[in-house]
Amino acid sequence: MATPQTTKEGAAAQPAAPAPAVRRGASWAGKLIGVQGPLIGLVALCIVFSLTTGAFLSFRNLLNVLDQVTVLGILSIGMTLVIIIAGIDLSVGSVLAFSMMILGWLSHDWNLPLVVAIVIALLAGALCGWANGLLVTRARLPAFIATLSMMTIARGLANIITDGRQIVGYPDWFDSFATRRYFGFLSLTVALAIVLVIVSWIFLRYRSAGRALYAIGGSAEVARLAGIRVRNVTTWVYVASGLLSGLAGIVLASRLDSSQPSAGLGYELDAIAAVVIGGASLSGGVGGIGGTVVGVLIIGVLHNGLNLTGVSPFIQQVVIGVVIALAVSSDTLRRRGS
Amino acid sequence: MNSPHANAVPNSPPAPSDASVSSEGRAVPRLSLRGIEKSFDANVVLSGIDLDVYEGELVALLGENGAGKSTLSSIIAGLFPPSKGTMAWEGLPYAPARPGEAIEAGVGLIHQEMRLLPDLSIAENVFVGRLLRKGGRIDREAMNRRAAEQLHRLGLDVPPTTLVRTLRVAAQQQVEIAKALTLKARLLILDEPTAALGGEETDRLFAQIDQLRQQGVSFIYISHRLEEIARIADRIVVLRDGRLVATHPTAQVPVPVLLENMVGRKVDRLFPKLEEPAGQDVLRVEGLTGANGAFRDISFSVRAGEIFGIAGIVGAGRTELVRAIAGADPLAAGSIFVEGKPIHFRVPEDAIQAGIVLVPEDRKGQGVVLDHTVASNLALGNFDRLAPHGWLMPAKVVSFATDAIKRLGVKGRPNQAMRFLSGGNQQKSIIARWISRSPKVFILDEPTRGIDVGARAAIYETIAGLAREGMAVIVVSSDLEEVLGLSHRVLVLARGRSQGILPRGEATNVAIMERATA
Repeated sequence: MATPQTTKEGAAAQPAAPAPAVRRGASWAGKLIGVQGPLIGLVALCIVFSLTTGAFLSFRNLLNVLDQVTVLGILSIGMTLVIIIAGIDLSVGSVLAFSMMILGWLSHDWNLPLVVAIVIALLAGALCGWANGLLVTRARLPAFIATLSMMTIARGLANIITDGRQIVGYPDWFDSFATRRYFGFLSLTVALAIVLVIVSWIFLRYRSAGRALYAIGGSAEVARLAGIRVRNVTTWVYVASGLLSGLAGIVLASRLDSSQPSAGLGYELDAIAAVVIGGASLSGGVGGIGGTVVGVLIIGVLHNGLNLTGVSPFIQQVVIGVVIALAVSSDTLRRRGS
Repeated sequence: MNSPHANAVPNSPPAPSDASVSSEGRAVPRLSLRGIEKSFDANVVLSGIDLDVYEGELVALLGENGAGKSTLSSIIAGLFPPSKGTMAWEGLPYAPARPGEAIEAGVGLIHQEMRLLPDLSIAENVFVGRLLRKGGRIDREAMNRRAAEQLHRLGLDVPPTTLVRTLRVAAQQQVEIAKALTLKARLLILDEPTAALGGEETDRLFAQIDQLRQQGVSFIYISHRLEEIARIADRIVVLRDGRLVATHPTAQVPVPVLLENMVGRKVDRLFPKLEEPAGQDVLRVEGLTGANGAFRDISFSVRAGEIFGIAGIVGAGRTELVRAIAGADPLAAGSIFVEGKPIHFRVPEDAIQAGIVLVPEDRKGQGVVLDHTVASNLALGNFDRLAPHGWLMPAKVVSFATDAIKRLGVKGRPNQAMRFLSGGNQQKSIIARWISRSPKVFILDEPTRGIDVGARAAIYETIAGLAREGMAVIVVSSDLEEVLGLSHRVLVLARGRSQGILPRGEATNVAIMERATA
């Protein structure tokens, strides 16, 4: 299986090679999800790991990768929206922890029904996002500063709730969201992430509100003068990112069967990396869900593959850093070339 | 290549020595270009340029955008080398490898787009890269004193410690000029130096230029404003498509001849014939006062089919006034009526819904998203109509854009990035965005700024077409000819106040300038 893939990949990677059928195929796939370069990188990574470790290319392991990237994937959807409008959300990891602690605290210390706790935890995430949005649009703080503040505040609140303790033990039905596989492969959390991917992809491509995000990121003043309510839309984007962070917190609680105030530390940077690897520009107006999914998978496959090959976690950090730099610089070079 | 022109520098003061007089008796040119060619990749942007600039001479360089003026000045200023050809500075070979070498030789380039550091003071900007030192420390006192002297000569009496960010555009331009003047340049290249200046500031600049010419400084002067060139140029050189197509030994050249040189064909009449407006009042404003105080107590009305010009010098409040009418900036007082109904704005969307649209002054910063496609740019502002239930289908956007492009004769494809369209076509695209909404009031702020002379006529025709279709059109322009040629009536603003509305018959250059500078 690996050999024919290698030749196909080789042909696609050389633009000068006269292999029209293969290249048309690649550009069709690129069109469908809106990316090409990162997708080639992902395929190349999979090939490398398939060749270097037998354990990588198995159904079970690929499912593992999906399970491992669910939380990052959900965060990255929100981050994609934020980055498209030329913003940034550094608070997603902390908001994730805050929502997670709200969930545990309400259900354990206040004995609220878990469903009610889930709803309130989601609202708490959305509320953090709303605060971010207001700081950006009304107080006119740079998004970096506004969400940096929220990053610290939400982390602090997450610790205050239980004085830094973790909360362990959720009902089985809640844990089964992440563990029980339907049809032999699909856990509810993975299914949720896939649905969110599809919904947000359609939103960004075919809804006028989604297209408005690109206009805002391209130039907020152009968008405003063209009648888009830039401040409202911007606020809603941060609300969406906060809500998705809260949701990611609930998914993580289900996976871990616990709520931990230190959860999600540094996730904001992984999410930003995934979005940027997927071809979005931090200056806004460019990017998409297709690219982000590929970016998330690249990070997931890298972690998984390097673990399987027994590479030390310290070296993994180096490798991931190098991949981010390579992915983005190749993208920049390609754009300059065209 | 450092030594030859390093030798050339001490040649100033320019009293011609024996060595610098050629056999024909005329002085060796300060700068001499022979066979200059420049190509980027396979794209030839300049070819076969021969040009001499003599001591104390002002050569005007004319040409449309893309004719190669900026490339030529960049080569002279050492930003990049020519692909072919040679340059000589006061008779010696000149081939600057870096801008620094060109500056040392005595070349000063003032860019069209300003290259100032907004968070530094005026003095620091004037001396950036060569801060004055005394005993190893920065000599702020001397810098401030010399910057202030230079600014005073240009007529800008602002403390030299002022941050550049806080200056108006015209003042920033003067800082840029002051910077080049303190470089003791022997050849100054000015690229559209008066684009942001008012009449009085322009006069001061010209007085400075005259004084410097008497001291032997040479100039290459790039401008679109033909009347200015007639005032100050010794010679006029016209570039077209990278070639030098005409050299006029005097500045007294009829405008149609110059236009024909630049465009490459006869330009008969720049402005379209105007029809008398027959309709009712569409827009009426009463007592408009801006929230930031840029204009006060402005009242007027515009009829269907009428083109209403707004004139005034930079800073008179023209842009602020029309932005407020389009809902882009808040009003402190006053009311706006469209077809007799009062309108209240919170955001530009309210104005658009009421039928008032604006083509803003700064095309690249406020009009179009350069990196997005023509189709997305055209769809912007039309989401409500293209996506009735919020579903904006790409195919519909493209077909909408194709129609709009055809209707206005935009040269471009729907899936092309806006960046690759010419300024004139970008401007037409913004008009196309709004025209399909059939707005009632169409406001255009500086509709031809930075647009080629050849492309302007097409924009004017489009504007006249808007009026013919029965819209009330407002045109704001710093270009008096434009306001006079296009408008049925002209409102003159000075310092934010109305100085009267002149009907077409009474609106003349003199009448407007008298009021604008009142």
